[in-house]
Amino acid sequence: MARQDPKKDVVVIGLGWTGSIMSMELAQEGLEVLALERGDDRNTVPDFQYPNIIDELKYGIRYELMQKPRKSTLTIRHGLDDTALPYRHLGSFLPGDGVGGAGAHWNGQNWRPQEPEYRLRSYVEETFGADIIPEGMTIQDWGVTYEELEPYFDQFEKVAGISGKAGNLNGEIIEGGNPFEAPRSSEYPMPPLPHTYDADLFSKAAKAKGLHPFPRPSANASEAYTNPYGMQLGPCNFCGFCERFGCLNYSKSSPQVCILDALKRKPNFSYKTNSEVLKIEKADDGKTVTGVTYFDEKANEEVFQPADLVLLCAYSLHNVHLLLLSGIGQPYDPATGEGVVGKNYAYQMTGGTRLYFKDKQFNPFIGTGSNGISIDDYSISQIDFAKEGFIGGSYITAGQTNGRPIQSMPLPPGTPKWGKAWKEAAGEWYGRSMAIGSHGSNMSYRDCYLDLDPTYTDRHGRPLMRMTFNWKQNDIRMTQFMKARIEEIAQSMNPDMIASGYKKEGSQYDVRPYQSTHNVGGAIMGAERKTSVLNKYLQHWDCHNLFVMGASAYPQNIQYNPTGALGGLAYWSAAAIRKDYLANPRPLV
Amino acid sequence: MKTLFRIVAVLVVIGLAALAAIIFVPVQRTEPTEKLAADWKAPEGLGKYDARMADCAACHTEPGGKPFAGGRTIESPMGDIYTPNITPDKETGIGTWSLADFRAALVDGVDDEGHHLYPAMPYENYRHMSETDIRAMYDYFMHDVEPVKNEVAQTKLPFPFNQRWGIRLWNWVTLGKPGFKPASEKIAGDEQLSRGAYLVQVLGHCGSCHSPRNAVMAQDGSNETDAKFLTGGAIGGWSAPDLRGPKSAPQQWSADELKMYLTAGRNAHSAVAGEMKLAVEESLQYMSEKDADAMVAYLRAIGTDGPAPAEAPAKRDQNPAGTVARIDAADDATTVKLKKAVDLTEGERLYIDNCGACHFADGRGAPEVFPSLPGNAAVVAKETGGLIHTILYGAEMPSTSKRPMKLRMPGFAPRLSDDDVAKLATFLRGAWGNEAGPVTAAEVAKERKTPTEASH
Repeated sequence: MARQDPKKDVVVIGLGWTGSIMSMELAQEGLEVLALERGDDRNTVPDFQYPNIIDELKYGIRYELMQKPRKSTLTIRHGLDDTALPYRHLGSFLPGDGVGGAGAHWNGQNWRPQEPEYRLRSYVEETFGADIIPEGMTIQDWGVTYEELEPYFDQFEKVAGISGKAGNLNGEIIEGGNPFEAPRSSEYPMPPLPHTYDADLFSKAAKAKGLHPFPRPSANASEAYTNPYGMQLGPCNFCGFCERFGCLNYSKSSPQVCILDALKRKPNFSYKTNSEVLKIEKADDGKTVTGVTYFDEKANEEVFQPADLVLLCAYSLHNVHLLLLSGIGQPYDPATGEGVVGKNYAYQMTGGTRLYFKDKQFNPFIGTGSNGISIDDYSISQIDFAKEGFIGGSYITAGQTNGRPIQSMPLPPGTPKWGKAWKEAAGEWYGRSMAIGSHGSNMSYRDCYLDLDPTYTDRHGRPLMRMTFNWKQNDIRMTQFMKARIEEIAQSMNPDMIASGYKKEGSQYDVRPYQSTHNVGGAIMGAERKTSVLNKYLQHWDCHNLFVMGASAYPQNIQYNPTGALGGLAYWSAAAIRKDYLANPRPLV
Repeated sequence: MKTLFRIVAVLVVIGLAALAAIIFVPVQRTEPTEKLAADWKAPEGLGKYDARMADCAACHTEPGGKPFAGGRTIESPMGDIYTPNITPDKETGIGTWSLADFRAALVDGVDDEGHHLYPAMPYENYRHMSETDIRAMYDYFMHDVEPVKNEVAQTKLPFPFNQRWGIRLWNWVTLGKPGFKPASEKIAGDEQLSRGAYLVQVLGHCGSCHSPRNAVMAQDGSNETDAKFLTGGAIGGWSAPDLRGPKSAPQQWSADELKMYLTAGRNAHSAVAGEMKLAVEESLQYMSEKDADAMVAYLRAIGTDGPAPAEAPAKRDQNPAGTVARIDAADDATTVKLKKAVDLTEGERLYIDNCGACHFADGRGAPEVFPSLPGNAAVVAKETGGLIHTILYGAEMPSTSKRPMKLRMPGFAPRLSDDDVAKLATFLRGAWGNEAGPVTAAEVAKERKTPTEASH
């Protein structure tokens, strides 16, 4: 028998980026807000403090800040006829855990999607014709436009404190910024970070080819900054411990640095850690939700927490899992294409080329998560899909993020993995290489989706979620296109040798090597109830007092890292709730 | 001979009689300095505001305890003093006190039964409180504060300090005329400066830490006409910095930065720590904009060498190209040496390995985030306890409405030996133009034994 706690106005599931944003925005309305976080509490000091956090083995290899598969995981298979097996050891992607969520251990690469990305299907059909869309590709429009979201991107960038250089200010192209970005209403809050030698070489080579290099926008602060909540960032020192680590220096934007101390001052906000939500409870008529049931680890019991408004702000995969477990929305069926929950799961297509120079020293230990110079010349808005034979695009960057000894010891191909020859090569080559990387889109497909696993259950006895996913030809063609472009640039830089790693014809999704924690889709937003889980305000089509944040809303993956887009969406949704929904709770569309 | 004996005898008798009178004759309570109408009511919120400005909570609220329920330990040179419960609880608090009792505590330093309070209670300053403020605070404590039953341990100081009648003599020597009047014409003629003087001298009792103590341990100077008023004191091994000399913060910083320091607990140059952190956390952050401006104006007006310059000597760091550009451009001897990193002393190496990540090679950190170390009052202080303590146990900025973040420097006690800390502190006290004396390992060893609450 579950304990029942007194009702709250709002219950927030997960206290990462979107949970913190929504808690703050609704606490500002004077509502009683309770956030439930399944993991531990975390603060910069002591949890990320110097020098303890600078421990690559503990955090980088043993994943101290990540979710533990024994507590929470999913099963994975390639295709509809395969049997899924549990993801027992983290590899391909690393969902976070604890207060701050993935916002504590990300690199800080913060982007806005391009205008066509929000209306991808319409853009493709209008520009190139519907017949270029391959059979089985299920891309959709988002139901919201860049123009509508622009003020909220601006808001998120001011809260997170992003360093960068505008390339398109209200339609005016600005020298030194990204000329292909969508128009921005204001300059970045901080000037761009200085960049390292590798990025400098890349920048010169790209410019020589007539391309348009610009500093990668960064959630690593270039100077002292105070955000609209009065929260503060300190300048980054390029220590090289960003991704997989919490920032010791108050320099990387995170819920801790940008929101939480201000939020905790609000008497109408409270949060509970080690409280994993098991189910969102539906009202009898199915038109609203009544609250959530969570497991209180300290009390070792289930608790029913009633609330007027439920905000699902967990990691994208967990958002979808909770919707499936709660029976909210019709689960997607790949056989018929009907149903919506779990539909259009997509991932990120990445690749890279490493350049080895005998006579150059890059001092790779000088780095930061979002260091570097990028080009957007091969982005979605710039590619002729009909001509190139694929739909999608990438941004391309050079910029070292770290020189840590375990994860960052790139040695020329053919070098033995251990022993004397490895040691000699490490001595010869450490610091003498740089990389140019491609970070690209991944389209959605009829048979790439999420549902409940028929066999495996978690520690609470709930079915695990099952991921069905594999690489498709369209996206492999895209990344091979990027490989050719990058290798052209790389060769022009005269390295002693290069080594490329890209998905190629026949590549299967491999869950072992780390690729990206950019899992998107499954609870997608859209213009129509029949083909999406959420309306344009991230409000659930069926239960109007349930809003679902995060990258699970993306109908296919963008070419950029997802955080900037989900930050903007959260503020957009918060504004709709504050300005419209609260006064008259109802379906907003 | 006989005559002399008689004279001595008479003097002894008079002396004994006087002593008896000092001990046994009840203290005459000071009358109100202003007559208020019987039905006078304090404006809404004034009592709470005054109690905050007087920072009653800093002493009368135990860390983690109920507001004003007392029990906090004040470490005095005479021994530990436990602060009383001042909630309106009738048994363990001040619930039975009349307005006259309450006024007598603030103005005369005696409790409801006429016992002398230890001067850790700053009645030396509160004595000059206006009758309206006294009445407003009385109403607040009697009606708005939650009564809390909390029996506080009796203060037991060693002889002779346990003889409270001695305080009566001290009061005779020390206490000024009750009520408040600006001491100099310049202040009296300006409404804002007068208000500032009242806040600094009376409610805020800044002098109780920031003024030196005289031969009888009283605050040396009570207003700007006294040469030593606010010229620096010491508390618990930390220096409370000079607020009037040419190198003092009010003289060096702009009015805006001084106001940020007082109300937000941090500014472009520095951040509060130690007792001042409590003062900002419990009191100063709640100052109205008008009062904050008044306090700043007064502090800037009373420099020992004259008012603060309109153009502040210490500038806020502005980096159009980011902080790295600033450090690249720095050309002072210490920064150049640290950047070159050749033939470093141990202190310099310790700095780079432990401190440089935030405070940077030029020691200037980042505005409002990482305090600047050149000229930093805690770094170059006469008393080295504050600097050593901060290195060992870290420091946390208070959460304030202007700057809610509890920015925290971690402590290095587990990582650095006494000798390391001494070398590091000695380096800091001589780097970037700082000119303060060395720190010894013995001083560090002493401080290591006293991790105070400032470390939590």
